[in-house]
Amino acid sequence: MKKTIDDGRQTIDNRQRMVNRDNQWSIANGQSSASFVKAIGAIVWKDLRAEFRSWELISAMLVFSLLVILIFNFALELDVKTRQSVTAGVLWATFAFAGTLGLNRSMAIEKDRGCLDGLLLAPVDRSVIYFGKFFSNLAFMLIVEAIVLPVYSVLYNTNLFQPGLLLVILLGSVGYTSIGTLLATMSVQTRTRDILLPILLFPVVFAVLLAAVKASGGLLDNSTFADVSFSINLLITYDVIFIAASFMLFDAIVEE
Amino acid sequence: MNPKPLTLKILDLVSIVLLFAAAYLAIVVAPTEKVMGDVQRVFYFHVGTAWVALIGFVFTAVLSVIYLVTKNLKWDRIQVAAVEVSVVFFLTTIILGSIWARPAWNTWWTWDPRLTTAAIAELIYIAYFMLRQGIDDPDKRARFGAVYALIGGLSAPITFFAIRLFRTIHPVVIAGANAEAEGNFSMSGDMLTAFFFALFAFTVIFIDLFWNRIRLGEFQNEVEELKLKASY
Repeated sequence: MKKTIDDGRQTIDNRQRMVNRDNQWSIANGQSSASFVKAIGAIVWKDLRAEFRSWELISAMLVFSLLVILIFNFALELDVKTRQSVTAGVLWATFAFAGTLGLNRSMAIEKDRGCLDGLLLAPVDRSVIYFGKFFSNLAFMLIVEAIVLPVYSVLYNTNLFQPGLLLVILLGSVGYTSIGTLLATMSVQTRTRDILLPILLFPVVFAVLLAAVKASGGLLDNSTFADVSFSINLLITYDVIFIAASFMLFDAIVEE
Repeated sequence: MNPKPLTLKILDLVSIVLLFAAAYLAIVVAPTEKVMGDVQRVFYFHVGTAWVALIGFVFTAVLSVIYLVTKNLKWDRIQVAAVEVSVVFFLTTIILGSIWARPAWNTWWTWDPRLTTAAIAELIYIAYFMLRQGIDDPDKRARFGAVYALIGGLSAPITFFAIRLFRTIHPVVIAGANAEAEGNFSMSGDMLTAFFFALFAFTVIFIDLFWNRIRLGEFQNEVEELKLKASY
């Protein structure tokens, strides 16, 4: 008898604790967006820490990028003349291919060991998970780009470190990973996941890549910033559209 | 298993008759175009199929929203039907356009904005089916399908706008002219008849195929449920 009472008390205690926690959370929610940012930061921090211990993802993306550049070098005969016109295309093709590799792996890690379920159980809004994964994927991509750019500059004796170009690369990567994170979350939950992501992602993200290539090509061709501002504005528009769409649709693809 | 409704049977017959009538109007009644000659006759079916396919794709995006709000699998079955029929019509559009482009532009294919957007849209909706194939759970399949179809529907106009950065050579026969277009022409009386009749005919044919495909989806669903029952 006593045991049942104790059990009952414990259940009530547990419930009370849960209610308290919920209250705390809603209070925190009400207080400010600070907790929202903090929760996103926690996810990004988790991903970065895991990555800096294993270097699985970045090293794979990096080696793959260099191999792609190597293949392009011989496939396109990248001599001085051709280089002028195709550098932007080669760079973006490399980023796009390496990007799918990273996105796939980053979401597969979450899915394989049930980490995604753990994240979903956390008392946070689903969009926090989306933005957390988005920012960590973006970070991986930017790290890889930050290594590929100097390597490419050295190999082909061109200076890719122009502020305009860096801005375009940032904007392009934001658009690419924003929709990529959403689609990768979807593709890792299917049977054919390894082959599916590029097939889903490339036709959708085509517009971003196109605007990015156009803007980068213009900047490398010594056009002024005003000449390519239309492409850059397009990129910004696409980023906003894709982030907004992913933000709204993410709920629908992680619910169980 | 419910028998085919009479209306649908009649619609089947009407579609066949309309298809032949549209072909007759396009091939026999409509006059030969002065510059391009007979190959211009492709135009009637090209626009007819494109028209229904595009309406189908827009409808698909609307169905995505309806499914995501209601979570009723009925809408998912309708969406699959819409995408499947539209994909076939759109592929027909691309192939017919290509046949016309060979003599008119002297090439089967060019990376013109409309052509590129068409190719990308077609690829998006093929990817839609590949995505669905990889998922067993019907609810999840429907949810993912709806999300992807919505993103696809969103990105198609975006892509079109992006490629507008380059010039276009695709003729704009209806509403407005494109000065750089190659293969432009204006329509005379009989041509207009053939054109509007083709639009009408393909609309009816689309509705007929769409309806048949929805019915097929319902049967598929029944079979799946029976299999599940049998396995218990």
